[in-house]
Amino acid sequence: MNRLTLPAPHGAVPGGDTHDLAVHATGLVKTFGGVNAVDGIDLQVRRGEVFGVLGPNGAGKTTMIRMLATLLPIDGGEASIFGVDVRRRGHEVRQLVGVTGQYASVDENLTARENLWLFARLQGIPSRRARATAEELLASFELETAADRPISQFSGGMRRRLDLAASLITRPPLIFLDEPTTGLDPRTRGQMWDTIRSLVADGCTVLLTTQYLDEADQLADRIAVIDHGRTVAEGTPDQLKSGVGTSTLQLRLADTTRSADAADVVRRLLGEEPALTPESGGLNVALTDADRAADVLIALRQAQISIASVSVAKPTLDEVFLALTGRPTDDETTTTPEAS
Amino acid sequence: MTTLLPSADPGSATAERVLAPHVSLRDTVSQTLSMAWRATKKMRRNPEQFFDVTFQPILFTAMFAYIFGGAISGGVAAYLPLIIPGILAQTALTACMATGIQLREDMDKGVFDRFQSLPIARIAPLAGPMVADLLRYAIAATLTVAVGLLMGYRPGGGPLGVLAGMLLTVVAGWSLAWIFTWLGTVARTAQSVQGISMMIMFPLTFLSNAFVPVDTLPGWLAAFVRVNPVSHVVSAVRDLMNDGAVTGEVAWALLGCAVVVAVFAPLAVRSYSRTV
Repeated sequence: MNRLTLPAPHGAVPGGDTHDLAVHATGLVKTFGGVNAVDGIDLQVRRGEVFGVLGPNGAGKTTMIRMLATLLPIDGGEASIFGVDVRRRGHEVRQLVGVTGQYASVDENLTARENLWLFARLQGIPSRRARATAEELLASFELETAADRPISQFSGGMRRRLDLAASLITRPPLIFLDEPTTGLDPRTRGQMWDTIRSLVADGCTVLLTTQYLDEADQLADRIAVIDHGRTVAEGTPDQLKSGVGTSTLQLRLADTTRSADAADVVRRLLGEEPALTPESGGLNVALTDADRAADVLIALRQAQISIASVSVAKPTLDEVFLALTGRPTDDETTTTPEAS
Repeated sequence: MTTLLPSADPGSATAERVLAPHVSLRDTVSQTLSMAWRATKKMRRNPEQFFDVTFQPILFTAMFAYIFGGAISGGVAAYLPLIIPGILAQTALTACMATGIQLREDMDKGVFDRFQSLPIARIAPLAGPMVADLLRYAIAATLTVAVGLLMGYRPGGGPLGVLAGMLLTVVAGWSLAWIFTWLGTVARTAQSVQGISMMIMFPLTFLSNAFVPVDTLPGWLAAFVRVNPVSHVVSAVRDLMNDGAVTGEVAWALLGCAVVVAVFAPLAVRSYSRTV
């Protein structure tokens, strides 16, 4: 087998017209026992970007990734990776994709070093160079000291790093990361984010699934929000947030007794009913246009109402999700990861 | 951390990625051997996997010889030429039963998903452990013969005949293991593989000529015993070990093995590619 190298960014990929797209899927369907776990998803991931697929548990994220990675047969629709048809040319697709998820993991009977060596050997790298590749990966993922320890003694973060390292052996141009930080503590999670960013800096295209809204916000260039096997929204994190509508002006008054007066001023100026928390002097009001915040501040100054603090916030992705699906993210999809 | 990716071939960093449409035979062999390496590592770290090919042949050889020897052949020494090839076949079958159970347990683990996501031959993850299991069959065969020799077995076929008999046992074990490998790919749990395997193994070994001469059996049973492939393997091993003769039974045994592999290896690969 030929040693695989990264394709040139704008070079032709065998058999592809849509070679600007790393992933191109139309109407993807997967049915489990009469229920469509994936129900007609369209996906276009450009080369070199991080594409985030965001959705709660059971939304169909993992099923979609498994179909694209040839781990599950596609029941309906079409998909191609760098222009290579996933259904008909699975073996070629597998040469282009690295998969890291809770399922595609490493062998617990082997050490980290042995795992990397085995996966390198399996992909046609001669023994001696396989050993060198394993060393390089152990070093860049800071696993050298643990290289010969049983995997069962690995922490969650080390385990994920090893999983990811095992996906990078042949430098695949596209990496699927299925919930890369689920169950990690916040510090380890931040390290994983850095790792993903350096992958992209190295020229990889990343398709990332997550149930953490802030993770998609932090990492992804573009996001698709998925619920019940369907795409409910797609765009950049900013587009999604501004698409939900207005910004919010959040005020805190210096004198809490003036809440009612301040509310009058705001109501007269904006024609909107502000939300008040009089005990702390808080006042929140939706803005059709963030620039109107200045008008409010000037009017308050003229009414001689002093302000302790002020901020204009875009909606969070939590609010986005609520607006898109009509229901809040449930317990399992809160924005703070907890060990599961 | 500057870069996470391993360094590529010098000079090929800018080259186009050349995609292979399928796996070549050479790569398939190399991948199978890598998988066999993995299986031997696993064996070495879980030595209890050797119980069925160490204690069992020792125990069964002694037990069966002393219990049935007098009743069937009028004495232990006279029974040994009959029972040793029988035990050889039985331990080979038990050993390959474990192949299917191990595979099922393995397939439930995440690493098999990674195997599926790699551009490797679909048969490699199945065939690799089976290559490693050749070691287990060899251990079982050696121990059975050794215990027999200690108990007074003096094979007429000489060292060469004994070696040929052991080799045939290993080949038969490897071939029959494909049945259990296939079972491993279709069954849902390791327990069900074990249950089904037992149901296959007991009739195959006990309804054969492994422990008793066929002419002592009622006609209808003798008819089944005569077509049972295990009987042919046992007869062939007896011919080789006791007489040093390469008889038609050897040919039948090898043909039976070839048929089993030809049927079950493709079935196993097909159902493996579909599941996981």
